Amino acid sequence: MSTFLVEIVTPERKVYGEQANMVVVTGLEGQLGIMPNHIPLVTPLRIAPVTIKRDGISDVVAVNGGFIEVRKDKVVILAESAELAEDINIERAEAAKQRAEQRLTIAKTDEIDFRRAELALQRAMNRLNVTHIHK
Amino acid sequence: MAKGMREIKREIKGKQNTRQITKAMEMVAASKLRKAQEAAVAARPYADKLLEVVSNIAAGTKGVSHPMLEARPIKKTAYLVITSDRGLAGGYNANLLRQLTLTIKERHQSTDEYVIFVIGRKGRDYFRRRNMPIIEEIIGLADAPTFGDIKSIAASAVSKFSDGSYDELYIYYNKFVNALTQIPTETRLLPLENFEGNNQAVSSYEYEPSAEGVLEVLLPKYAETLIYSAVLDGKASEQGARMTAMGSATKNATKMINSLTLTYNRARQAAITQEITEIVAGANAQS
Repeated sequence: MSTFLVEIVTPERKVYGEQANMVVVTGLEGQLGIMPNHIPLVTPLRIAPVTIKRDGISDVVAVNGGFIEVRKDKVVILAESAELAEDINIERAEAAKQRAEQRLTIAKTDEIDFRRAELALQRAMNRLNVTHIHK
Repeated sequence: MAKGMREIKREIKGKQNTRQITKAMEMVAASKLRKAQEAAVAARPYADKLLEVVSNIAAGTKGVSHPMLEARPIKKTAYLVITSDRGLAGGYNANLLRQLTLTIKERHQSTDEYVIFVIGRKGRDYFRRRNMPIIEEIIGLADAPTFGDIKSIAASAVSKFSDGSYDELYIYYNKFVNALTQIPTETRLLPLENFEGNNQAVSSYEYEPSAEGVLEVLLPKYAETLIYSAVLDGKASEQGARMTAMGSATKNATKMINSLTLTYNRARQAAITQEITEIVAGANAQS
């Protein structure tokens, strides 16, 4: 089975770099499954789990937005933050989720605060989802 | 003479204490400098990659337009200044702030024509004292700032440009050359320009939903990343400047201690000689 290099890079460090068989991401327009020799593509990503399949194992990474660049033999995901499932602090994510939910109920009047709380909630849910998939 | 000796001794002691502190600060700065440099290097792949993709889009699709790429007539200017929270870093803050003040005096007649984003307590205090218009500030930034730490100021600097609050954004920071040299640098961040310079159209991509749509997401990110790398560079410069400053402080203290020790020994010897002379004179008088 042919493989390609998958890299996930954040401003602080390189989070992930492995040879893989397939990547599943959630783009702005919907889910994408990318396999080797895909046509070159650039698309922004939603806040969602990214699944990377290699040798029968699948790695799940919580990717916070960003975008994906696909080339024939290489895929690079650039995001402001990204965590492997085992690096996620579940308690912190739970706390963040509750905080965001509280803010959503309070901040309905202020549009910016509302957007912000919504995004925070998405990030927290994403992290929790990833840990669930991982288990 | 005896009193003079005690005074010198006390002075030596004081200099030794100072030297101990500056020496410790030098070593702390040295280790922080290494970490800051590592962080600056680790941030590079992300910024490089973003630039690559953005310039690819700019080269591959002719006539893409985006508010962040357009030069508007300049009515108002914003400056983002990166300083440190703490002093004892040689000319680190002073040089940067002096250069900025000169530039501002040259370019603007009144405080209505510019606004300042400031990172670091030293810079904030400086602008407050002079009643210059600060619109946003961050103080107490960690030595190894994460992207999240500066995200808010970077995002608002970029979005205020997009909504037309000002028409250009300059970033002021100390560019890190090596531990001895940091150059106060001015970079024009927005509007973004010069993408076409360094690419030979690697491959043509498909864009989803469209080239403009992708650009819309990427350009603000790119600008924020540039700010982040400037902050990391500034941090490395700060530690470098502090290390050098403390290194020379330690050297100066050693020099002073040496010359004081010499004076002390001379005084001690003179006192002994005098004592002997007095004893001999006393003995001679008796016989």
